[in-house]
Amino acid sequence: MHPVRKQRLIYVLMLVVFSSVAILLVSFAMKDNINLFFSPSEVTSGKAPLGQKVRVGGMVVEGSVSRADSGLVTRFALTDGSAISWVSYEGILPDLFAEGEAAVANGTLNADRELVATEVLAKHDEQYVPPEVADTYHKDGAEKPEGY
Amino acid sequence: MIAELGFFALCLSLAASIGTIVTGTLAVTTRQQYLTALVFPLSRMMFVGALASYVVLSYCFYANDFSVEYVANHSNSLLPWYYRLTAVWGSHEGSLLLWVMIQTAWIFVVSVFSKTLPLESRVRLLTVLAAVAAGFLAFTIFASNPFERSFPFVPQNGADLNPLLQDFGMIVHPPLLYMGYVGLSVAYSLAVVALIEGRVDSQWARWTRNWTMIAWSFLTAGIALGSWWAYYELGWGGWWFWDPVENASFMPWLVATALIHSLIVSEKRGAFQQWTILLSLTAFSLSLLGTFLVRSGVITSVHAFASDPERGLFILQFLGMCIGGSLALFAWRAPQLRSLTGYTPLSREALLLVNNLILILAMVIVLFGTLYPLIHDALGMGKVSVGPPYFNLFFVPLMLILGLFMVAGPLANWKQTKSDRMRALVMMPYAVGAVAGVVIAVLYTPWVGVAAGIFVALIAVLFVDTKRKLANRGLSLQSLSRLGVGYWAMHLAHIAFGLCLTAVAITVEYSYETAVRLAPGETKSVQEYSVKLDTVGDLAGSNWVSKQGHVLMSKGDSLVADLYPEKRNYTTRGQIMTEAAIDWGFTRDLYVALGEQFDDGSWSLRVQIKPGVRLIWIAGALMSIAGLMSIYARRRRK
Repeated sequence: MHPVRKQRLIYVLMLVVFSSVAILLVSFAMKDNINLFFSPSEVTSGKAPLGQKVRVGGMVVEGSVSRADSGLVTRFALTDGSAISWVSYEGILPDLFAEGEAAVANGTLNADRELVATEVLAKHDEQYVPPEVADTYHKDGAEKPEGY
Repeated sequence: MIAELGFFALCLSLAASIGTIVTGTLAVTTRQQYLTALVFPLSRMMFVGALASYVVLSYCFYANDFSVEYVANHSNSLLPWYYRLTAVWGSHEGSLLLWVMIQTAWIFVVSVFSKTLPLESRVRLLTVLAAVAAGFLAFTIFASNPFERSFPFVPQNGADLNPLLQDFGMIVHPPLLYMGYVGLSVAYSLAVVALIEGRVDSQWARWTRNWTMIAWSFLTAGIALGSWWAYYELGWGGWWFWDPVENASFMPWLVATALIHSLIVSEKRGAFQQWTILLSLTAFSLSLLGTFLVRSGVITSVHAFASDPERGLFILQFLGMCIGGSLALFAWRAPQLRSLTGYTPLSREALLLVNNLILILAMVIVLFGTLYPLIHDALGMGKVSVGPPYFNLFFVPLMLILGLFMVAGPLANWKQTKSDRMRALVMMPYAVGAVAGVVIAVLYTPWVGVAAGIFVALIAVLFVDTKRKLANRGLSLQSLSRLGVGYWAMHLAHIAFGLCLTAVAITVEYSYETAVRLAPGETKSVQEYSVKLDTVGDLAGSNWVSKQGHVLMSKGDSLVADLYPEKRNYTTRGQIMTEAAIDWGFTRDLYVALGEQFDDGSWSLRVQIKPGVRLIWIAGALMSIAGLMSIYARRRRK
């Protein structure tokens, strides 16, 4: 082979090998560090895995929010229009968390399929609904959340 | 009537930009002098139109003209006047107008201060810049017109500005960031011109470096300010979330940082030409990508605007044109650009190349993490979010490696450094850094040790480098100042990077956060502090009422901080906002935020102790100042 071509071939091969290794590494890192999103229907139907970090989002069910007498544990239910799933969270809820509004919770599901949340996110202005929540509402043919 | 004038001025600006493109193109093809002469006033007219339009919108806000829908949706007569003026960029339409205004202002400045460039290059540059501006102007006019009227139903009063944005940080953050983004469009356009002309000389590199440096300084300041704002305004005390929109501003910054370094090589050594061009194109393309991510609502983010697919599509097309067009041009013309000189593996060029590779790798990792949820969803694999652990896993080691190379970089010579000489020079900084690092690692934590070791080594480099430079002149104030402002700016930026690493390590390792439930009068202990919620009272502003707590934090018997966190209710929107109270210091911040009130009258409080967090932004500010210093130095040298 012509030396110049040979050099080019080596370059290309190195590029391929290097980027494959990089992609492999990144994919492995991704596996442990991504949080899959599930709607309340998927949680109740058992599609969402237990004991693994997940995101659950929906509208906070009216009248479902209850706070403990002491300490900082709050329980509330999320719905996508066709099913509800419960969330418990110890800590301070965001300012815009409210009944009848969209919220997304990160955490793990326990044996009762209740999400033990480590983080609760709410929308940050009244126009905004997290795309996942808006989409799952849409999919079930239920009425879209207001403001979307 | 006045709002229509604003829209008209905007249309005028678009017309001027199209005029610039047409006359500019004709001028370089036909070489008619009168056409060339026409390009300059036309390009400046773009700015006049956009500025007039911007002033009109500001006036509509100031005068509470709620017949303009955008004003009605984002302002209120009770809003203080300074927030009414900054509410202009409180949402999509107005922030785009701000973008357009800044974009055309840059073009104006370029048209005035480009006299050192050859006339033909000037015309080409303005033409390309006008094309970029035309895209944004068209987007504003056709898809996001802020001057639309709400006739026939004019509201009595406005819906108010999102309370999160009623804040000093929000006044300054977007304009600074836009200055940076838009500044990168100059580097982009200069790269396109260089490709068209098939020539990258040191004059071009010097030019591009000046403009990129300005953009970089603003971008740095804008990002640091955004982080600071998120910290005190969002009420949860975080300073960086790896949120898609933060990433959107961070990726152009990483590439711009690589670019200012590779431009040094292009300017001083006539090497890295193709690479430099590619970086210039990438930096602005990533700014556009960021805009797309923010505006289209495709990604879950705390910043996402209410989504509008039509707008997303427009930006996507524009993005496709800018990236596709420039890359095609690159593929076609880049082979003409040849490096003039070679270099050896132990040289400043090689070390700058390492710097570039690490920064670009970091950018790719951030880009992949940001786009991954989109790819995942598009492939039908479900909706996901990528958490901070992914980013930290790759980003932290990369920045530490970058820091290690940064020690050697300034001490290497161009083209070739004799290995024994190099060893002699870098020995001291590495040794000092290693000793300091080990001591700190033992006293504190390993990560803090590594980061602080790099910080100390970078300071040591300053001494070694200065001693080396003064070898035949002797140490005096005069000889020190003769090293030039640029020299000090470079070391300041590098040391600030080390400071930033150290501050981040300290904050991450030593921050303490907890939530407590306190009844008025009750005291609980948090770490070495005792926290007492004294009273909770009422307070009111022009457009809000609030519950204000009085929190006392003491250590032993001595009172450390008297804090007044608030829970505000912005009455127009009925939106609740946490106003955190912060006792700040160089070594640590004490951060208290009110949560919610329980039925028994007690409150939840978020209490945080954050050592070193201030230093992160101070480091950012120092980097930004260093950038401005170097521009000053370069202007003076001419």
